[in-house]
Amino acid sequence: MTLARTQTARAGFRLAFGGGPLPLYLGGAILLIWFALAVMAPLLAPYDPIFQDGTARLQPPNSVHWFGTDNFGRDILSRIVWGARIDLQIALFGVVFPFLIGTTLGSCAGYFGGWIDTVLMRIIDVVLAFPFLVLMMAIIVILKPGLSSFYVAMALVGWVSYARLVRAQILVIKSSDFVLAATSLGYSHSRIMFRHLLPNAILGSVVFSMSDAVLVLLNGAAISYLGLGVQPPTAEWGIMIAEGQSFITSAWWITTFPGIAIVTLAMGFSLLADGLGELLGVRE
Amino acid sequence: MSEPILSVRDLSVVAQVEGTTHTIVDQVSFDLQRGEILGLVGESGSGKSMTSRALIRLLQSSRLSVSGGSAILKGEDIFTFDERAMRDVRGGSIGMIFQNPSSHLDPVMSIGKQIAESIRFHKAVSRKEARGRAVEILRQVGIPDPERRYNAYAHEFSGGMRQRAMIAVALACDPDILIADEPTTALDVTVQAQILKLLTDLRDTRGVSIIFITHDLGIVSQICDRVAVMYGGRIVELGGKREVIGSGRHPYTAGLVACQPAEGHPGERVRTINGQPPRIGHMPAGCRFHPRCPRVDEWCSTVCPDLVTSGPGHQVACHHPIPHTPAEAAT
Amino acid sequence: MNRYRFVLFRPFQLLPVLVGISIITFVLIRSIPGDPVRVLLGPRSTPGAIERIRDQFGLNEPIWMQYFYFVKNLFQGEMGRSILYKVDVLKLIATRIEPTAVLVTGAVCLALLIAIPLAAIAARNRGSAADHIIRLVSTAGLGFPAFWLGIMLIIVFSVQLDLFPVSGYGRTFVDKAHHMVLPCLTAALALSAVLTRNLRASLLAELNSDQATAARARGLPEGQVFWRHVMPNSLVPTINLLAINIGWLISGTVVLESVFAIPGMGQLLVRGIFTRDYMVVQGVAMCFALATVLVNFLADILTVAADPRVKL
Repeated sequence: MTLARTQTARAGFRLAFGGGPLPLYLGGAILLIWFALAVMAPLLAPYDPIFQDGTARLQPPNSVHWFGTDNFGRDILSRIVWGARIDLQIALFGVVFPFLIGTTLGSCAGYFGGWIDTVLMRIIDVVLAFPFLVLMMAIIVILKPGLSSFYVAMALVGWVSYARLVRAQILVIKSSDFVLAATSLGYSHSRIMFRHLLPNAILGSVVFSMSDAVLVLLNGAAISYLGLGVQPPTAEWGIMIAEGQSFITSAWWITTFPGIAIVTLAMGFSLLADGLGELLGVRE
Repeated sequence: MSEPILSVRDLSVVAQVEGTTHTIVDQVSFDLQRGEILGLVGESGSGKSMTSRALIRLLQSSRLSVSGGSAILKGEDIFTFDERAMRDVRGGSIGMIFQNPSSHLDPVMSIGKQIAESIRFHKAVSRKEARGRAVEILRQVGIPDPERRYNAYAHEFSGGMRQRAMIAVALACDPDILIADEPTTALDVTVQAQILKLLTDLRDTRGVSIIFITHDLGIVSQICDRVAVMYGGRIVELGGKREVIGSGRHPYTAGLVACQPAEGHPGERVRTINGQPPRIGHMPAGCRFHPRCPRVDEWCSTVCPDLVTSGPGHQVACHHPIPHTPAEAAT
Repeated sequence: MNRYRFVLFRPFQLLPVLVGISIITFVLIRSIPGDPVRVLLGPRSTPGAIERIRDQFGLNEPIWMQYFYFVKNLFQGEMGRSILYKVDVLKLIATRIEPTAVLVTGAVCLALLIAIPLAAIAARNRGSAADHIIRLVSTAGLGFPAFWLGIMLIIVFSVQLDLFPVSGYGRTFVDKAHHMVLPCLTAALALSAVLTRNLRASLLAELNSDQATAARARGLPEGQVFWRHVMPNSLVPTINLLAINIGWLISGTVVLESVFAIPGMGQLLVRGIFTRDYMVVQGVAMCFALATVLVNFLADILTVAADPRVKL
C-alpha cells in the first residue's frame, strides 16, 4: 500500500467519525452554500441579473432590493447570486488546467531529471520573473479580452507553482525507502511513477490547489475589474466592483456587497485548504 | 562531610494527560557535594532528564509540573522561588549542557555573543567587559584562538568544538553546578574522551559540581564520584561509584552492569535485560522493576520498596537486594 | 567575506533568465494579431510608409535576425517610442518609476510593521482569544481583493472621514506622502495576511526549539528569549516569503494604481494595453521582470546576512 493511500484512508476514517479539523467542515460548508446558490440561481435570484429597471436606479438596500440597485437599476443581490456561477467557474477552471499541466510537467522533471529537468526549471525561472498579473494581462491582450482568454493565460502562467511543488516532492519521495524497495522488486518505470510516486506527490498539490483557488479567484476578479476578463453586462463580482467605483460617494452598496461575496468564497477555500492540510498532515 | 551544595528531597514530577495524572519522577532524593560529579544513570524514559529539567524548572511541556519535594540550593529551596528568582538560578547557579549542541545553540547569533549575553544578564558589567570574560571562558574550555572564535557561529565549529562552546555558554556566569545531559552521546569516542577530560578539569580547577546524566556505565566509572541509578522515575540505588558498579545490590543495577560489553571477552554474547522499560501510564504496581526482575516474589508486586541504607553511603530500594558479603546474605 | 562572493557571480547565472525574459516579451509583442507596423503607424498608414518602416525596423528579415536587432536595441537603451505619449518608452518609464517604487517599498515596510507584532502576540499567547482572532482575521485577509479593499478604505477614510485624498499622486513631498498613505496601507494589509500566518507558524516552531529552551536555561527572561533568539531565527524564512511574493505584490500595485489613479508604471501598463501602445507594454513588462529578478537577488543577499549558515 502506498503512503498516499494509507494517508487518505486514515483521513477518511477520521472524517467519517467527525474527528476532522473544524476549518475543514467550516470551509466545506461555505463552499457548499455558494455552490448551491450558483446552481439554483434561476430559482433563488429575485430579479433578472441584467434587467435594467429605469425606475429603480441607485436605490440603497431596502425591502424590495435587499442589497440595493446599481446605476442601471439592476438588482445587486440577483447579480451576486448569478455572479457566483461565473466566479466559481473561474476558481474551478483557473485551478484545474494549471494543476493538470503543472503536475504532469513537474513529475516528468522530477522523475527523469537530466536535461528535461534543467530546461523546465529554466522556463519556470523565467515565468516566475514576470509579475503574475503582468504576464497574464499581456497574454490576454494578444488573445482579446474575455473569460476564455483568462483561462488560457491562467493555464500558461499558473502551472509553474504546481510543477515546482510536484517536482520537489517527487525528488524527496524518489530517495525514500519504499521507492527504493519498489525498484529493487523490479517494478517498471511507469508503474513506479503512476502507482507510487504520483499519488504521494499529488496529495500536496491538492491541498495547495485549495489555497491557489483563492489566488485564482482574486486574479480573475482583478482581471475583470481592469476590464480584461468578463465583459459587461455579464454579472461577475470583479466587474460589479469596477462598475460601482464611480458611485462610491453616493452608492457604497454597489461595490461593498460583491466584495463581501469574494471574501466569503475565498475564506471558504482558505479554510478548506487549512483543514485539508491539517487532516492529511501536509504543510505548505 | 560538609554541607551539600544541592539537596533534593522527594522531588516528584507529574504529567497531566487527558485528565489523568501520571507520576513520571517519583520522590527522588539525593545530595550533591561541592566539587563532586554525580552520575544519574538509567534507560531512556527512566526520568533522569526530567529530574534535571525539574531542577531548573524548565520542563519540556506545559502538561508537566513539579508536584512536590524540595531542592535546597545554598540553603534556599528553589522550588519556592518565583520566576524572577528562578532566572538567577538558571545560568547563574546552575548551568545546563545539552546533548545536542547543534540544536541547542542559536544558529544566527555568534557563540561569543551568546556567552556575553548571559554574562550581561546575570552580572552588571559593561559590554566590553562581558566580551573579555566571554573570550576568557572560550579559552578555558580549550577553544583555540578564542579572540577570533568569539565571532564564529555554531555551524562553523566541529562537533567536539561545538560541545566545548556549549560548555562555555553554560559556564558563562560561573555557576556552582553544571547539569550535563548526555553531553557526549552524539560525539566520536576520541572527542568524547576530550570532553570528559574537560569536565573533570573544570571540576578540579573551578570546584564546580556536576550532575552527569548518561546511560553509559563506562563513562560513569571513568569520571563520576557517586552514582544514582534510576528506573521508572525512581532512584533504585545510590552510592559511591565503586560500590554501585562494582557490587551493585539492586537487580536492575546488576543487569545494567552485565549488559556492558566486557573488555577482553570478544565474541561473548552481549547480555540484555528481558522485557521493556515501563511506559508512562503503564507503571506496574509495587516495585517498578518487578516484571523484569529475576529475584521477584509476590511481595515485590504489591509493595514498593523504599530507599534504605545498605552500607556506608550506599542506599538501595529492593526487597531482595543481591548479597555481596556473608553478612548481607544473612539478612 | 567569501560568503558574499555569489554577489559577483549571480549576474552571470541570471543571464539565461534575462535572455528568457527578452524572448518572452519579444514573442508576446510579435504574437499580437495584425501588422505591428500598422499598429505602430496607427490610422495614418499608407502602403509606402508601411514598406519603409518594415525595412527600417528589419521586419522583412528572418525572425531570428529580428530578435537580434531587438536585443541590440535593448543594449542601446532603445525600447521604441510610445504612440500615445510620443516619447521614448524608456524616458516615459523613468518618469513613472517613483510612485510605483514608493508604493511597493511602503507596502513592504507597513506590512512588516503590521505582521511582526501581530504574529508575535499570536505566537506568544497560543490558543488565547487574541491568537484565535489574529488567525481568523489573517485567514480572511488572504481572500481580500486588494482593489476592493482599496475602494472600501477610500469610502471610509476619504469619502466619509475626509482624511486622505481619493486619488492621484501630488507634487510636493508632503502632498505625495499624503496621497500614498491609503494605497500603501491597502497593499500592506493584503500582504500582511500572508506574512502574519507564516511568521506565526515559524515563531511557534522556534518557541519550542532546543535553542529557545537552552536560552531559557541560561536564565534569560522570556521577552529576551523571544526577541533576541526566536524572532531573528523566524524572520529568515519570512524574508524568502517576501521575495517570493514580490511578483504578486507588483501585480497588486498594477491594480491599485488603477484604483487610486496613481501615475505609476502599473497605470502606464494598463493604459498601454487599452490604447494598443505595445512598445509601452513591452517596456513596462520587461522593467517589472527585471525588478522582480533584482528584488530576489536582494533577498538572497539579505538571507545570507541574516543567516550565517546559508551559503549561495
